[in-house]
Amino acid sequence: MATRASTFSGKKGRLPYLLLAPGLLWLFTFFVLPIINLAGTSTQTPVIGGDTGQYVQTFRFANYIDAFNASREQFARSFIYATLATLLALAISYPLAYAIAFRSGKYKNLLLVLVIAPFFTSFLLRTVAWKQILGESGFVVPTLRALHIIGPNTTLTASALAVVTGMTYNFLPFMTLPLYASLERIDPRTLEASNDLYANAFTTFRKVTFPLSMPGVVAGTLLTFIPAAGDYVNAAILGNPNTTMLGNVIDSRFFRIVDYPTAAALSFMLMAAILILVTLYIRKSGTDELV
Amino acid sequence: MADASTSSHGDLILTRITKTFGDFTAVDDLSLTIPEGSFFALLGPSGCGKTTTLRMIAGLEEPTVGSIFIGNTDITTKKPYQRPVNTVFQNYALFPHLSIFENVAFGLRRRGIKDVKEQVEKVLKLVELPHFADRKPTQLSGGQQQRIALARAIVNRPALLLLDEPLGALDLKLRRQMQIELKWIQTEVGLTFVHVTHDQEEAMTMADTIAVMNEGRIEQMGSPAELYESPATAFVANFLGQSNLIRGVVSSSDGDSQVVTVHGQKISLLKERNKSESSSVVVGIRPEKIRIDLPDVETKGNALTGGIVSDVSFVGVSTQYVVEMPWKQDLMVFEQNDGGTPTLRPGDPVSLSWNVPFTFGLDGSQDVNAGAETDEID
Repeated sequence: MATRASTFSGKKGRLPYLLLAPGLLWLFTFFVLPIINLAGTSTQTPVIGGDTGQYVQTFRFANYIDAFNASREQFARSFIYATLATLLALAISYPLAYAIAFRSGKYKNLLLVLVIAPFFTSFLLRTVAWKQILGESGFVVPTLRALHIIGPNTTLTASALAVVTGMTYNFLPFMTLPLYASLERIDPRTLEASNDLYANAFTTFRKVTFPLSMPGVVAGTLLTFIPAAGDYVNAAILGNPNTTMLGNVIDSRFFRIVDYPTAAALSFMLMAAILILVTLYIRKSGTDELV
Repeated sequence: MADASTSSHGDLILTRITKTFGDFTAVDDLSLTIPEGSFFALLGPSGCGKTTTLRMIAGLEEPTVGSIFIGNTDITTKKPYQRPVNTVFQNYALFPHLSIFENVAFGLRRRGIKDVKEQVEKVLKLVELPHFADRKPTQLSGGQQQRIALARAIVNRPALLLLDEPLGALDLKLRRQMQIELKWIQTEVGLTFVHVTHDQEEAMTMADTIAVMNEGRIEQMGSPAELYESPATAFVANFLGQSNLIRGVVSSSDGDSQVVTVHGQKISLLKERNKSESSSVVVGIRPEKIRIDLPDVETKGNALTGGIVSDVSFVGVSTQYVVEMPWKQDLMVFEQNDGGTPTLRPGDPVSLSWNVPFTFGLDGSQDVNAGAETDEID
């Protein structure tokens, strides 16, 4: 009996690893190995008298300091733009997700499809479209000019505003879907109970609905902030030389200047910065208790 | 808002309330007065409109027609948070993100009451969970959550406490215990309790007054004993406990009593116990009132002969017999297992007898099966 039980648990013990194996293999080949390779590249120095793009390993950690000093501005910009885009996306998505979860009735599925619908078009194409929308021939600029909100010579394209707008738009579904999921899970009877216990609609939102939707807020802001901080497409298409983000620097170091060590060092620092910020954020919001 | 809970005390009065959802009428022209301080039960099968009635009192639904008063205050159009009414929800609806203390304190904080800590501790002691203040609702068992839901409501001292099937999710043993506790707490705090349930035993255990609801209307209202001993309709007779209902015709009348002919046999019925206006009558008798005997034993009072035992089931305190009568109707008989009944087996011929005053008469135009077995379907 005992042996039978142990063989059974032995089989059961191996099964999860077997199921995990393909995924782990994939991760190892396409994530762990490249990361190790990238770490190696980040401390290399140019071969003296060698061709462009020829580097040798010298474990020069000062590469990191040099890289950081050269692109402090872009570093700051990446995090400021990503934060702004995340906040804007949250402000737009929350009412949207709330309406879909509580007020949409039979249109719920249709609205959810509409939220995901932009994914059927390419990310690049949608960003280029924003160039048109915010351009001179679009409807936004003439309207704002007619209303005297912007001056006759002010343009919206090739500006920080355009970059943040583009990022907000592009990452909106990543914010809306987790928010919807957590709002939809709220038992409407807890809201009725709050109403019954002398809380009006606003207090009920502040004390019950919003706290209960925190897992969605955290997930949504992370899913928006992380890709936004590393993004370079929006800045490349909608920005100007003064709105470049770290992603653009890494892109140009790798593919135009062919300065692999600096590009690798910047990639690592971006990754580390995001990781630290995200960890602090999750700790602070304390949503692990809610789930 | 603080004065909302003090100024409007008094009886709860529902005046000609109707609630329709589309073309479905959930509550149909219902009028009801619930005296202050009473434990009132709205009893009925699912879909009878009892929960809708409760939600209208709480303010979570608005009546299509009619008005609701507490004392002299019209609360018909008041928002739920403006009413001196609190609810214990069916699934408790505790706030999962707040501690037990904050759950209970929720209503007090919204009304800006000062000695929150003291009051919360007092009510947690009342529901016998004083050491649970720091826990989260998910760390509590069903019975404990139920008590916290109750504490969260009664801490506000509402004019009216509404209980929506509050014990539905508990197992039988815990439910019995909570029934007794709820009754005790109601006496202790002296609030008006309005309790909605489909469980007739629960209603009878706790309530002073029961209103039996069916299809959006009140079938009958009264004390548990009144409803049980003198049901006014076949629905009440079958829904509250079990009844044997037999069709008959009043054949003669003599002083205080009448003679009813049922399938060729004659039984007596007191005139005051007969609710039928015409000679067509449904005669009712509760199964535990009937004595079951071998056919040759002499009987007193009313008797029906010619029965054959078709089923015997032993349930501990009593034995339940199903007796098939000559007119192919099955009657139920419950006998105490006190040695007073002969041992009977299926197929044995028997006669049934009972004291005349136990017989009740209902209007003959009703379906004798109305309300029967709804308990099991639910």
